[in-house]
Amino acid sequence: MSPRSLFEKIWHAHEVVPETADTPAVLYIDLHLIHEVTTPQAFAGLDARGLRVRRPARTLGTLDHSTPTAPSRSLAGIPVRDSQAAAQVAALERNARAHGIELLDLGDPRRGIVHVIGPELGRTQPGMTIVCGDSHTSTHGAFGTLAFGIGTTEVGHVLATQCLLQRKPRSLAVTVNGRLGNGVAAKDLVLAMIGRLGVDGGAGQVIEYRGEAIGALSMEERMTICNMSIEAGARAGMIAPDETTYAYLEGRRGAPAGEAWTRAVARWRGLASDTGAAFHGEVTLDTATVEPMISYGTNPGMVVPVGGSIPERGDAAFLQALAYMGFGPGEPMAGKRVDMVFVGSCTNSRLSDLRAAAEVLRHRKVARGVRMLVVPGSQQVKRDAEQEGLHEIFTAAGAEWRESGCSMCIGMNGDIAAPGQYVVSTSNRNFEGRQGQGVRTLLAAPATAAAAAITGRVTDPRELTA
Amino acid sequence: MSTPIRIVRSRIVVLPARDVDTDQIIPARFLTTTERDGFGGALFADWRFDAAGQPRPEFALNRPAAQGAQILVAGPNFGCGSSREHAAWALRDFGFRAVVSSSFADIFRSNALKNGLLPVQVDAPILDWLNANPGVEVTIDLEARELGLPDGSSVVFPIEPFARYRLLHGIDELDFLLARSGAIEAFERSRVE
Repeated sequence: MSPRSLFEKIWHAHEVVPETADTPAVLYIDLHLIHEVTTPQAFAGLDARGLRVRRPARTLGTLDHSTPTAPSRSLAGIPVRDSQAAAQVAALERNARAHGIELLDLGDPRRGIVHVIGPELGRTQPGMTIVCGDSHTSTHGAFGTLAFGIGTTEVGHVLATQCLLQRKPRSLAVTVNGRLGNGVAAKDLVLAMIGRLGVDGGAGQVIEYRGEAIGALSMEERMTICNMSIEAGARAGMIAPDETTYAYLEGRRGAPAGEAWTRAVARWRGLASDTGAAFHGEVTLDTATVEPMISYGTNPGMVVPVGGSIPERGDAAFLQALAYMGFGPGEPMAGKRVDMVFVGSCTNSRLSDLRAAAEVLRHRKVARGVRMLVVPGSQQVKRDAEQEGLHEIFTAAGAEWRESGCSMCIGMNGDIAAPGQYVVSTSNRNFEGRQGQGVRTLLAAPATAAAAAITGRVTDPRELTA
Repeated sequence: MSTPIRIVRSRIVVLPARDVDTDQIIPARFLTTTERDGFGGALFADWRFDAAGQPRPEFALNRPAAQGAQILVAGPNFGCGSSREHAAWALRDFGFRAVVSSSFADIFRSNALKNGLLPVQVDAPILDWLNANPGVEVTIDLEARELGLPDGSSVVFPIEPFARYRLLHGIDELDFLLARSGAIEAFERSRVE
């Protein structure tokens, strides 16, 4: 057999019916993650046709997008922001109950952002196909899964048939050579990569990240990389499983145990791309050029090093983006005013992200006039952080320590900034209005966000930690 | 069974910006509903309306010539960002039946095709010409896969063959999948350890 890539192996193993010139493949889905925002219309469609969920045990629900993050002793008791959002939460509770789907409800200690809890509970496993009505489903690719976002109609297809009709995407190998420098985060690497590929450079393709720098990353860092694949327009991003992957998964509730674990690892070892596997495209990045990064515009491809300057360009789209941001060509990014700081989202809300932010904030104060929100990715991350005392560092610095959820990444739950304000955010999108109408988002790594909170200005975190 | 689509003939509305993301098409604050309908009023909300909720007269969709237009012409990488199908629902609910661009984001294209909204992909020179000629009438012939221009010429556009067949005949994708239940069951049985 000719050498095959990680992606081709997973794709082939899930073809119920292979694609032909006339028809797409029928692709089997191992795990379907669902949340409150993109599912109500899909369940309504099933109900209208009298259909049942085909495999409830392959479906896992959580509440994250529109749920409150205000600190609380009993999360189940907090009112959801408005009656419409509350109705959406109630709809998922009702639908999950009616179809026998496990739902991590508001009061559940395992609840959290959908792309944080899947891996945390050991439900995300190498070799799987995973989908969710959310574009950041690419996160799960960090475990050597084929994971991608789908629309609500497709959510209905998976609920009813556990399958999707899909054309096979093309493949792109992104090789990252070298090691990340001190004070340079996985987030900086992926922002630099999107800057290089552009926001549509990955369109129609599944990216496999590989090379020395990728192999050296922790699982949480790999999730940050795969998470933002969609910001380069890619269908999915993935990394071959290795010892780091197995060490993360072993002993987790949803992972196989005993002999089943041994068999699973043996199977997973065969997933890596074969030597000589062909890709439709190949890109090489060198870590030597990656520094702490920050975005200056209105898409995640508009990034420069924190110590760098906004490019000098004159085309209309570029100038329009800068006008929204209140910036001009050629201006240095360091020293730009900051009104709010958000540490959280499925990109950067895991324990290592919170540690990175806390390390910069320890024994320091958030600048006067700056509001900082720290929103853990799950209730488990929250407990783990509190166990280490990270929450005390955040609150002593004057930051707000919140309950888990998507929060300011999408701003659906009322966590937003005021028009015209600048937010340094560890999330994934700096689109116009993403964090509130007229709000200007600057994407960065957790350490850079924490540094901005302390100085009230865009700051290279290495200046504070050296 | 949905309504078959064959021809869309309409004046064009032009939005030349590239990388129009789904947060612009339908901002997240409108996503808390459990319905599929009624998103048209929120289409491009923050570009169409000012902070006081008044229409911005300079925005393309607010110009008198745009009223009743069924074809939107937009810059490259249209529909990037979030997977929200609400973007396709909002465009459809507003009255659009096709979007013409030189490229589309993957998830948006898939969502559009599932909602009778045709993503018509053309080369950059054709897109540039359309962008420079707002208000002209064009014809999209799905059967022939042709975009007909005002001078009588036409260009062929690519479209996934199954999606085209489905739209031409009003076939529902879920019905097609359900008809493969036997194969799905056999697949599930074959994978049991």
